[in-house]
Amino acid sequence: MASSPKLNARVPEGQLAEKWTKYRSTVHLVNPSNKRSLEVIVVGSGLAGASAAASLAEMGYKVKVLYYQDSPRRAHSIAAQGGVNASKNYQNDGDSVYRLFYDTIKGGDYRSREANVHRLAEVSGNIIDQCVAQGVPFAREYGGTLSNRSFGGTQVQRTFYAAGQTGQQLLLGAYSALQRQVGMGAVQLLARHEMMDIVNIDGKCRGIICRDMVTGKLERHFGHAVLLCTGGYGNVFYLSTNAMGCNATAVWKAHRKGAFFGNPCYTQIHPTCIPVSGDHQSKLTLMSESLRNDGRIWVPKKQGETRKATDIPEEERDYYLERRYPAFGNLVPRDVASRAAKERCDAGYGVGSSKMAVYLDFAANTERYGKIEASKKNLHSPSKEEIVRLGKEVIKEKYGNLFDMYKQITGEDPYELPMRIYPAVHYTMGGLWVDYNLMTTVPGLYALGEANFSDHGANRLGASALMQGLADGYFVIPYTVGDYLSEEIRTKSISTDHEAFAKAEAEIQDRINKLMTVKGSKTVDHFHKRLGKIMWDKCGMARNKEGLTSAISEIQKLREDFWKEVRVPGEANEINPELEKAHRVADFLELGELMCKDALNRDESCGGHFREEFQTEEGEALRDDKNFAYVAAWEYKSDGNFELHKEELAYENIKIAARSYK
Amino acid sequence: MSHGNMNLTLKVWKQKNKAERGRFETFDAKGISPDMSFLEMFDVVNEKLISDGKEPIVFDHDCREGICGMCSMYINGRPHGPKEGITTCQLHMRSFKDGDTIVVEPWRSAAFPVIKDLVVDRSSFDRIMSAGGFVSINTGSANDANNILIPKDDADTAFNAAACIGCGACVAACKNSSAMLFVSAKVSQLALLPQGKVERKDRVLNMVKQMDEEGFGSCTNTGACEAECPKSISLENIARMNREYLSATLT
Repeated sequence: MASSPKLNARVPEGQLAEKWTKYRSTVHLVNPSNKRSLEVIVVGSGLAGASAAASLAEMGYKVKVLYYQDSPRRAHSIAAQGGVNASKNYQNDGDSVYRLFYDTIKGGDYRSREANVHRLAEVSGNIIDQCVAQGVPFAREYGGTLSNRSFGGTQVQRTFYAAGQTGQQLLLGAYSALQRQVGMGAVQLLARHEMMDIVNIDGKCRGIICRDMVTGKLERHFGHAVLLCTGGYGNVFYLSTNAMGCNATAVWKAHRKGAFFGNPCYTQIHPTCIPVSGDHQSKLTLMSESLRNDGRIWVPKKQGETRKATDIPEEERDYYLERRYPAFGNLVPRDVASRAAKERCDAGYGVGSSKMAVYLDFAANTERYGKIEASKKNLHSPSKEEIVRLGKEVIKEKYGNLFDMYKQITGEDPYELPMRIYPAVHYTMGGLWVDYNLMTTVPGLYALGEANFSDHGANRLGASALMQGLADGYFVIPYTVGDYLSEEIRTKSISTDHEAFAKAEAEIQDRINKLMTVKGSKTVDHFHKRLGKIMWDKCGMARNKEGLTSAISEIQKLREDFWKEVRVPGEANEINPELEKAHRVADFLELGELMCKDALNRDESCGGHFREEFQTEEGEALRDDKNFAYVAAWEYKSDGNFELHKEELAYENIKIAARSYK
Repeated sequence: MSHGNMNLTLKVWKQKNKAERGRFETFDAKGISPDMSFLEMFDVVNEKLISDGKEPIVFDHDCREGICGMCSMYINGRPHGPKEGITTCQLHMRSFKDGDTIVVEPWRSAAFPVIKDLVVDRSSFDRIMSAGGFVSINTGSANDANNILIPKDDADTAFNAAACIGCGACVAACKNSSAMLFVSAKVSQLALLPQGKVERKDRVLNMVKQMDEEGFGSCTNTGACEAECPKSISLENIARMNREYLSATLT
């Protein structure tokens, strides 16, 4: 298989471990005085956006940042709980750049680009250094050094964390760096602004159209380069762990204007979320993967069990992950853990009122910690109650906020009863196709963090999203965007009166007018929920040809209905959340179709993409490396019409093998 | 879409925009389930309003898991409602009784102008951060992380201060609309860590100056902020900031 001529990954020549170092030493630079006249627009203020904007402003570029929330600090990176990976080897347990690289490629089921992943592993350590220097309060040992914990898909402890609030602390670090640049006048913030479209002039991206969400006014902004740091598209499923406002509009509009979409079907379903409690539910809440360090996952051995969890004796419990995957046990990657939970529930072993849940139990480790504490405190022959009390204190220190959150939502106390958990949509590995420079197929348009497809293949390992967002923003884009901008130093700011800006704005205005004038009888949420149900049932944890084929026609029909029957109240020239949602859902209705088409095209199972027709006898994912070791990059042709281009994935440094965690 | 059997009356602040005067309007919330969050109850009310051809109630919200700090309702006279240590999205309807009347207002403070219904402008907090809520370290110039050893107690205390989500409940709760809890949490976090000590004097002076310019009131040590803070940020931070401020002005 050869890659499509339309896809040039621009991976530097040379040995894998030397590519990035060599690239950095030879890449074109922009001198400081020229930087002052080069403008960069950053869309989104999460880890990728805030770190990129701060770093570029420090270097001297003129930066604008827009975000739909009221403050850059509220981007959904804030909600990441468990941690951030880095191959520091502080635990002396055999970690290295190569091992992090290898674990990430294997975790992604051999569907990511070697050179990008190796670079990610190389800069991972710098991220921790940078964040600590900013004052990010990571967890520490008594000796004052940084503490680590384990995450899924690895056998080393390389995850740095700040209790269950790692994303919050990392984002506040990047946000403070950003606000420092705002104070110095190097960055202009556009709060409550939503990107509506990109503007291309002579084949290059030259700016954006955005909507001021307070006044409803459409605005034009010029940039020599535009960085989309807009996160993932998990909200296409309606229910997910994403924030309510997370959306695909920026990447989808870019896709319609020439940016290829990579691997849209790769969706991560996170195994440990609080189960759905009713149809009023607006979002799902994650319980961090770090809980799998100390929690054991089980279901009763008897179908339709009705006893309370604590009344079921040890020998009548099935610790199915430990049984099926003895080498990794409860710390298998997310896709494997999610499918195993679905398999048990579908077979009738589920628990809770809906029977669509499994137990995550902390009793064994509470006791183990209690014994260690008792020994530390020199307590001789402590009672069982004393041990449990001491153990609970340790658990509380490690996961207190998560346990409180669980109790608040379910009304049950996880210190006394095991948690009930079930998989939920969490992250999208797919995204805009980018080359080694993180540039999309539109010159001058970049995608960073979850918005691009690049590093996680078909499945992302836990604590790697924070790593990638910050790697892209702090350590990759400052070099790679310079390579492009060095060619742009003679380009003067283009007036936003240019016809390309006027045309793009008119198209968006037209679409807003359409949405306002349908005046149908159904709310936006009505359509979003219906789309979500189609996607979850037919393009969720398990997919098959028949289901996907029918999903595609159902989505096409739903899209028609939407434009005939949606009701958007209020006016367009004011704060109008229903109009905002309608705009986003209209894009989800197009993206959902492409996701199904991609899933239908990929006649294999890999990572988060599980096609029921392609599995081993034990029910494990069955890859087809001969025919599908490629990135599917889709080109938009017209509504519902996409052309597939393939980027071949060549593994020169890793022996591609069946993925086993047994 | 009704799911439960609770029926409630809502008195909600409605205001078209920054310029126009607002007023309370009454809405019925019918068929509410005790398992819904307060915001999901608003979703149900809004779906009904839209179906009836009326305008929905506008409110800020995003993550719906208590961490983004976006949701900002003043419920029955308390920021984020009657329970402690949570945000509005984490408040569940099981905390109310069938037949209750619930009064919902936006944050009230001169420094947080209302821009529509329950939505306020909190950009004053961002400007305070720009004045000094950072360590001046450019990307790429950091040393190895374990070169800085930090006693665990200091790291833990700094972490507790850093847990602030910038929601503004402290301001809304305060009779003087003081932002001291918010500002002191950031000042404390960075003053406790060696990385932040270099700039500690300028930081506290500049952040306090910006806080005053934004129109926040003075602190009179009542403690409503701490009681209403969804992340239980401690008043000790205010005491620590006062010490920081004093030592910065004396030297």
